[in-house]
Amino acid sequence: MSQTRREQLAAKFREFLAPENVVDQPTSLNAYESDGLSAYRQQPLLVLLPEDIEQVQQVMRVCHEQRLPVVSRGAGTSLSGGALPHAEGVVLSLAKMNRILKVDHLSRLAVVEAGVRNLAISEAVQSLGLYYAPDPSSQIACSIGGNVAENAGGVHCLKYGLTLHNILALKLVSSEGEIFEIDQRSLQADGYDLLPLLVGSEGMLGIVVEVTVKLLPIPRCARVVMGVFDSVEKAGDSVASIIAEGIIPAGIEMMDNPAIRAAEDFVHADYPVEAEAILICELDGTEEEVSSQIELVEKVLKKGGATETRLARDEAERLLFWSGRKAAFPAVGRISPDYYCIDGTIPRKALSAVLTGVRELSEEYGLRVANVFHAGDGNLHPLILYDANNEGELEKTEELGSKILQLCIHHGGTITGEHGVGVEKLGEMCVQFSETEREQFHAIRECFDPLKLLNPGKAIPTLARCAEFNAMHVHDGKLQFPELDRF
Amino acid sequence: MNSIDDVDIEAELTSQIISVAATGGEIEIIGGGSKRFYGESLEALPVDVSGHSGIIDYDPAELVITLRAGCKLSEVEALLAEHRQMFGFEPPCYGRDATIGGMVAGGLAGPRRAFAGGIRDFVLGVKILDGHGEVNQFGGRVIKNVAGFDVSRLMVGSLGTLGVILEVSIRVIPSYETELTLAFEHDSADKHIRWINELGSEPWPISASSWIAGRSLLRLSGSAQGVQYAAQQLGGETADSCWDELKEQALDFFDDAQPLTRISLPPATTDQLGDIPQLIEWGGAQRWICGEVNIPALRSMAEGVGGSVYAFRRHAADVAVFHPLPPAMLKLQRSIKSSFDPAGIFNPGRIYPGL
Repeated sequence: MSQTRREQLAAKFREFLAPENVVDQPTSLNAYESDGLSAYRQQPLLVLLPEDIEQVQQVMRVCHEQRLPVVSRGAGTSLSGGALPHAEGVVLSLAKMNRILKVDHLSRLAVVEAGVRNLAISEAVQSLGLYYAPDPSSQIACSIGGNVAENAGGVHCLKYGLTLHNILALKLVSSEGEIFEIDQRSLQADGYDLLPLLVGSEGMLGIVVEVTVKLLPIPRCARVVMGVFDSVEKAGDSVASIIAEGIIPAGIEMMDNPAIRAAEDFVHADYPVEAEAILICELDGTEEEVSSQIELVEKVLKKGGATETRLARDEAERLLFWSGRKAAFPAVGRISPDYYCIDGTIPRKALSAVLTGVRELSEEYGLRVANVFHAGDGNLHPLILYDANNEGELEKTEELGSKILQLCIHHGGTITGEHGVGVEKLGEMCVQFSETEREQFHAIRECFDPLKLLNPGKAIPTLARCAEFNAMHVHDGKLQFPELDRF
Repeated sequence: MNSIDDVDIEAELTSQIISVAATGGEIEIIGGGSKRFYGESLEALPVDVSGHSGIIDYDPAELVITLRAGCKLSEVEALLAEHRQMFGFEPPCYGRDATIGGMVAGGLAGPRRAFAGGIRDFVLGVKILDGHGEVNQFGGRVIKNVAGFDVSRLMVGSLGTLGVILEVSIRVIPSYETELTLAFEHDSADKHIRWINELGSEPWPISASSWIAGRSLLRLSGSAQGVQYAAQQLGGETADSCWDELKEQALDFFDDAQPLTRISLPPATTDQLGDIPQLIEWGGAQRWICGEVNIPALRSMAEGVGGSVYAFRRHAADVAVFHPLPPAMLKLQRSIKSSFDPAGIFNPGRIYPGL
């Protein structure tokens, strides 16, 4: 793309955007080259920062007329390259649209602009005794618009749901610059229920500009118990036993030995470094519910073979138990120059088989892997430790990651639980979905965006891309896992 | 493990659809027929899918059941109950023969909807037969899954217009240890609406609410201790459970000789109906009228506050059943319909013209 074209377009956008809201200098554009998945980088043509819905519409009208690809971006914390720029397109940043427009206490909802940070919502309504439940680990930084685009999760999903379950209405701007709204405050969708299509659509169906979120009462009480295990299998079975008791924990997390060691070295939470696995189980609700259930959980853990159980005595200890888990990613970052986070989901019963498979792959590739696991909902995050400065190690890491995801599919799971497909998992999409299924996705996209200007090249692979991926991954004339049951 | 018939007629259904598609025909997809009243009437070749039955996978510890769409809802609920589990959305049957496919396609939920979520919130994956005669699967059998657009949840409430639902995976929840119904007096709809919404700001274990003619009912669900404590704090009088009758529209309020209208409003919306007798549930989000009403007037009222009005049952044939869509939204939804069913063979016009 020539510099003249860049200048011409910048001038066009400056007709209605403040000059500083049109970023066209290469040095400033660098800040937008990548998102949370920094292995992928691309400088965009321009970055635009509209300040209100009207400006978003104007931007979209120009992009539509000029056939410019548009990559929308919230806080840029995507772990799958969802906000990776397009070389010949603009990045539409919602960062300046960060106002909380309305809080309705009686209806327990908040209307916020797309750029509002996830945690800022809970902070704004805390004095009312309310909060916004989904808590992705990046919640201090990530925006609600990005959460909608990715259907973000967090550690409390099993009980409180994903982003989808906590959204009441959306306002979007279409690829043609028109506003369209989905309003389900009345708990009803007229005609087709488009909310689940739009939530998690990775910026390919419309630009989310305003979000109405559901607010929940802050639980009166939260308590945590930790179970220490000498095998991951026992830990996994204990999760099933807790659920079989009819208990839905607010959060239940597992860490394997390498993850425990890394976390302990970092935060000194007194984690048992010899353990093969720990489970951290949090219950919340009223005092009465929690105290009756926590005892039961402790019993189940012991019966399930826990060598030790620890009940957090107070709030400080509860936070200490959590600190290691919450710091797991940076902790792994300390013991390795680089790490790559994988995001598969599996039926819980396959945990042991999948972890064995991951260990074998780890040995085969000569790369260490630490595992943290949202054990309640089956969402596994293997962290592959590597050094990008070693020639070819990133490629090897990506290949190992891809193998792990295919292992998840093989065991009845999926290639992404909460991070999205982005650019990262396009190849694995070819394994998880058949050609006609992928065609259906493309057809849906064209209903919303006939010119395919919104986040092109993400989330849904083209036929050609899959042909290429399959050619690379057929060994000895056989596809990996030919008996694959894809559901 | 269970008495649910295990019969796979996917191949027969596929060839039937392919031949209908080839001859330019139209079909009406029929399961148990219990919700056939719901939606615009249509004349097309009936295709019975209720024979496609069987549990594909159910491991209670995974909190997920995968089953063929022809399974009878009542039999599946009995199976779940054996394992102390249930569907969180408390689906109405409206008849003994109600099927899982009809439940998903109809998208109707019961008293627990406002507190636990709707069917859409629990569906995890589907296998469908589309208008090309292709069998496609979307979503999966795991709770967290963001691979591809979420087509499985789009099926909920689509009334069979996007394809034949063959299989579905649904998240289930543990049954509650204790349930208790409490009664309170509120002499106006507004007092009930305000009260129930204010209660929502506190973490009470509420799982259903209703109001008819000055009497509010509240259901509490949870651990014995939790429910007991809440009941003490909230007051009211213990009452008989009538939630099944409410769900199945078998209360006296539902007069079988009268048209039934469903009004969906943001829950805290103040009363819009005055003296017209109404049943309010879902914390205020769902309000029923049994009797003659002025549908256009109700619709314009509802639009003003972000709601919609369905001529649910027994209305005159010339009254549109579903709340009309704005033109641009109707156009978008028609294009989505065409992307699954380009020739328009499935349940043509069930929801809106062209949908």
